[in-house]
Amino acid sequence: MNSVAMLENQIKYINKAFWRNPASAFFTFSFPLMFLVIFTSLLGHHSIEIQPGHSVDISTYYVAAMAAYAVVTACYNNIAMGLAFQRDSGVLKRTRGTPIPSGIYILGRLLHALFVAVILVIITAAYGKLFYHATLPTGTALFEFLVMLIVGSLTFCALGFAITVVIPNADAAPAIVNASMLPLLFLSGIFIPITSTAPSWLIWIAKVFPVYHFAWGMKSGFLGTPFDWMHVVIVAAWGLGGFLVSFRFFSWEPKR
Amino acid sequence: MDSHYSSAAISVRGLKKSYGNTLALRGVDLEIQQGEIFALLGPNGAGKTTIVEILEGFRHRDEGDVAVLGIDPNRQPMALKIRIGIVLQSTGVERYLSVAETVKMYSSYYPHPRPVGEILGLVGLEAKRDERVLRLSGGQQRRLDVAIALAGDPDLLFLDEPTTGFDPSARREVWEVIKNLQSLGKTVVLTTHFMDEAQYLADRLAIIANGKIVAEGEPETLAGRDRMLATVRFSLPDGVVPPLHLGARMTAAHAYEVKTTLVTKDLFDLTSWAMSAGVDLEDLRVDRPTLEDVYLELTTEGGASKSKEVES
Repeated sequence: MNSVAMLENQIKYINKAFWRNPASAFFTFSFPLMFLVIFTSLLGHHSIEIQPGHSVDISTYYVAAMAAYAVVTACYNNIAMGLAFQRDSGVLKRTRGTPIPSGIYILGRLLHALFVAVILVIITAAYGKLFYHATLPTGTALFEFLVMLIVGSLTFCALGFAITVVIPNADAAPAIVNASMLPLLFLSGIFIPITSTAPSWLIWIAKVFPVYHFAWGMKSGFLGTPFDWMHVVIVAAWGLGGFLVSFRFFSWEPKR
Repeated sequence: MDSHYSSAAISVRGLKKSYGNTLALRGVDLEIQQGEIFALLGPNGAGKTTIVEILEGFRHRDEGDVAVLGIDPNRQPMALKIRIGIVLQSTGVERYLSVAETVKMYSSYYPHPRPVGEILGLVGLEAKRDERVLRLSGGQQRRLDVAIALAGDPDLLFLDEPTTGFDPSARREVWEVIKNLQSLGKTVVLTTHFMDEAQYLADRLAIIANGKIVAEGEPETLAGRDRMLATVRFSLPDGVVPPLHLGARMTAAHAYEVKTTLVTKDLFDLTSWAMSAGVDLEDLRVDRPTLEDVYLELTTEGGASKSKEVES
C-alpha cells in the first residue's frame, strides 16, 4: 500500500472510532453546537458594541465565536485528549511496533481533526444564517476567513500534540487540557464578548496567546471589522512552536 | 543446538544495557532457533522486558551483537517490523472499533498481510468478529492482541507476559492460541514469571536474574533438574526412630527426610524396615525438585552463586 492509500485508510479508521466514542462525539462535536444554541437563544437579538461606534448583533457575534471555539475543541482538545489516552493505554507504542510510518499516523490524526473542525464551522455558519440571518463572510473576507481557519486548525493541532508532553497520564489529561485552554477562551472573547470597556491589562494578557488572535481573525469576516494579517502571523508562530516542541519531545510510550 | 547456527531466528552476543547508573543487562548471550517456542523466565526487574524490547527495536543497546531474523534491529527497524509481530504487556487498542476492523486496520500496515478471516480463526475470535473491542473479556482481548501481531503474517512473534493478571480459564485460552502458532512454523519468544506457563509452552527456556542468564535449557532438564537429588519424606509415630543405615534426617517432630539419587533402593530399604518393625510410615512421599524450586534457587538473592551445589 502506498503512503496516500495508507493515510486515507488510517483516516477512515480514526473517523469510525471518533463517532462511536461517546466522549469525543459529545465533547468535541456537540458541545460547540450546544453552546451556540444556548448563547444565541438567551441573548439573541440584542446588539453589542465591540469597538467604539461599531455595534453588531449578538447572534452574529456568537456564530463567529462558536466557530472559533469549535476549531479549538476539534483540534486542541481532541488531539491532546485522544493522544494522551492512546499513549497511556499503549495504543501508540503498539503502533510504533508496526511498519506504519509515524508521519502517516500523526498526519492522519491531524487531517481528521481538520475535517471535524471544518464540518463544525459549516454547521455553525449554516445555523447562524438560517435562524439569525447572520452575515457570512464573502469575497476577500471569505478568503481571509479560510486562511485563518486552516492556519488556526493546524496551530491548535500542533499545540494539542505539544501539550501531551506535559500530560503525565490519561487521568490528568482532561484537567491539563481544560486548565490550559478554558481561561484563554474566556479572556479571548469566545464565551463573553470583549467590549470596548474591557480592562486593558486583561487584553494584554490575552494578546500573548493564540486564542485571542485566532478568535479575532475568525470573527472579522462575520462582524465586518478589518482583518489584520498580524493575527494570522501570531497564530502561525504559536503553531510552529507547537510543532517544534512535539517534534523534539513527543513520546509514544506511556510515562511511568 | 549451537551447531545449527545458521537456522537461528535470534542471535545475541554480549548484550549490555544500562539505565542511568543501573545495569539492566550485564552481558547476555542467547540463541533462539527457528520454529521454537522460547521462554524468558525471571522475576520483575530482572531484564526480560529490556531484552525483548531491544530485540523488537524499541530500545537501543549499549553493547553487544544482535541479529533478529538476520537483521540488526537498530540499523534496519522497518525491515524488521515487517517480519515480526509484537504483543506488548499492556493491551491497548482502539476500543470503539470491531474485532475485524481492528485486525484489518493493522493488516493494512503490512506488505503481505494474512487474510483477516484466517487470523480470527487461528485465535478463535470468528464469533466475535463484529463485536466492539470494549465488549471483549480479558482473555478475548489478549487473543485479539495475538491476532493483531499476526496481521502481517510475521515469521517471529514476541509475547511479553501474555497472561499476567488473568484467571485460569483465560490463561488456558491464550495458551492454546500460542501452541497453535507453533504449528504454523512461527518462532515465538515469550516472557513470563509463571513456571507452569513456561513448562507448558516452551521448547526451551532461559532463566534471567539481575540482568544475566543464569540457566538455559529444556524445561524438563533445566539446570540438571532431572539429575538432582530426590527427597523421600515420611513421619514416624511417637518414640520410633529410623535405623541409622537409612541416612534419614529429622526435619521436625516425628518428620524425617532422606536425600537420595537411588530412590527405588532407598524406598525398598525404608519400607522393608517399616514392615518388619510393624511401623506405619505416615505421609510417605517422594519429591523431586520442580521447575519452581530450580527457579527460586537461581533467582533469589545469593541463589545464583549457590546453583553449583544444587547441580552436584
